[in-house]
Amino acid sequence: MASQAVPAAQPFGALSRAAPDIGLERRRRIGNLVATVLAGVATLIVLAALASILWTLLSLGIGGLSLHTLATVTGPAGSNGGLLNPIIGSLIQVGLATLIGTPIGMMAGIYLAEFGGASPLANAVRFVSDMLLSAPSILVGLFVYLLLVAPFHHFSGFAGVAALAILVIPIVVRTTEDMLRLVPVAMREAAAALGAPRWRVVVQVCLRAARKGLLTGVLLAIARIAGETAPLLFTSLGNLNWSLSLNESMASLPVTIYQYAGSPSDDWVQLAWTAALLITAGVLFINIVARIGLRGQDRS
Amino acid sequence: MSASAGSEFSDGSAPKPGPGRTGRDWADPAFSGLAKACGIVVLVLIGGIIVVMLSGGRLAFTTFGPGFLTSSAWNPVRDVYGALTPIFGTIVTSVIGLVVAVPLAFGCAFYLTEMAPRWLAGPVGTAVELLAAVPSIIFGMWGFFVIVPIMARDIQPALIHSVGRVWFLHPFFSGAPFGTGLLTGGLILAVMVTPFIAAVMRDVFNSMPPVLKESAYGLGSTRWDVMRQVVLPWSRTAVIGGIMLGLGRALGETMAITFVIGNTNRISASLFSPGNTIASLIALEFPESAAGSLKLSALLALGFVLMVISFITLACSRLLLRAGKA
Repeated sequence: MASQAVPAAQPFGALSRAAPDIGLERRRRIGNLVATVLAGVATLIVLAALASILWTLLSLGIGGLSLHTLATVTGPAGSNGGLLNPIIGSLIQVGLATLIGTPIGMMAGIYLAEFGGASPLANAVRFVSDMLLSAPSILVGLFVYLLLVAPFHHFSGFAGVAALAILVIPIVVRTTEDMLRLVPVAMREAAAALGAPRWRVVVQVCLRAARKGLLTGVLLAIARIAGETAPLLFTSLGNLNWSLSLNESMASLPVTIYQYAGSPSDDWVQLAWTAALLITAGVLFINIVARIGLRGQDRS
Repeated sequence: MSASAGSEFSDGSAPKPGPGRTGRDWADPAFSGLAKACGIVVLVLIGGIIVVMLSGGRLAFTTFGPGFLTSSAWNPVRDVYGALTPIFGTIVTSVIGLVVAVPLAFGCAFYLTEMAPRWLAGPVGTAVELLAAVPSIIFGMWGFFVIVPIMARDIQPALIHSVGRVWFLHPFFSGAPFGTGLLTGGLILAVMVTPFIAAVMRDVFNSMPPVLKESAYGLGSTRWDVMRQVVLPWSRTAVIGGIMLGLGRALGETMAITFVIGNTNRISASLFSPGNTIASLIALEFPESAAGSLKLSALLALGFVLMVISFITLACSRLLLRAGKA
């Protein structure tokens, strides 16, 4: 340990020899004070941004929040419409995308944690998945447009589901691998010693031990895709009429916000704020729940 | 956790299933095969994205050749398209975003890891993470209805009358204070990527062996001395990786930028002038483009350019983060 600290300590060795230099001592204290204050200010700026966003959403969005808004279909400007079809459309698309993306992501995560090890294939999957995690979501929208919209000549809820599912996969891969790595090897060995085949060890021991963390990953994935707009613009497009068909264009809250926020009609802008409040409240709520769950995982 | 934690008993010495289980011998290979297949799906996805985007933009690439990247034209009437303006806007807004976000994120991470009392570090850290979870379209609305008026009324006039008076800065801080434009876009990006960079920095700072910091404190270092001369040199690689991650996010940001950038295909020195980015141009023009048209292909070619830029950035980020962790 001492040898590790030596390179770091060298400048301070030089400092201590110069201890009588009052000016240096003062400069260090002032430098420390300035840095400390600036760090505090930076933190305050970030917190102020969050507070400003939440305050804006609450003050402008709450006015339009009513049972009527939640239970009425969108309509032409000035027709006193609601947000029912975007809400249902978002629920359907996010729900289906989670159902499709989660098993694929989880199996890929299991592969990385349990079977792949440090093999070249596993390393490649790990690398690519982490890249997809931060890749621009608009690219996923274009990709799905070319695969599922352009060949069929019409936008569809299916395409929206596919785009969101692609976004789910890397999130679930990352949390699944991380959480499975937290499961002690001894538990796997104990199960194997009892004669359990490998797949049972993974499914009934490892997955079960890590289930809280896995659920957290799925929740974070839901929170991420629920607010995604760009990938839906070219896939499910948005639909101002009532439609539950996945084969037609489908409404969603984020796309509705995009369509309404820039409109000259006051009631549409009001609906956009209400939709923004709904989606943000939902996303942040899921995030907080996921974080509390993750804390429980750490303790157990 | 070592990378091989899972393969501990995958060697020859692993306990074989008992004789009574021979009937289910297919289950294990089937399970591991399925897992491997799902891993390969991830590779196929990225390969598919690259191939499909390239083929979608082929018409534009073959029509305009390499000139596509250096032309600033975007004229649907004459069917002439170039990528220079949106590339310029993407890079300028991302750079502005990073110039503002990196000090903010560093300050946050410094505060959270070295200064905040324990009871405050948790909630503040969570709040910073929640900012990262806010959907980008919300940043767009907030930017358009809250930040743009402030920019137009206070910040841009103030900049014009202060730094805009300096002769060599004048071209960058001149023009009408509309509120929208490259600077506003960059600032919104800064707010959006700060939590991502801060989270990486905080984790890296926290993963540092405490003995290094303790020995520096023991020698009489101040907090700032420790941060600048011990923590930063130790974590430099991963910190740069975190900044690259933020850059990757900023480059591809779509909805927030679309609200505040002004959406004009023009290159201007002034940071107040409206512009566009690759992502905002695609989001705006795509719905108006006919299938199979040259315009659509040009947009897909732009998407391909964005993909190349952001994938290179993200790949660098991953490599640096991994090198920093090792």
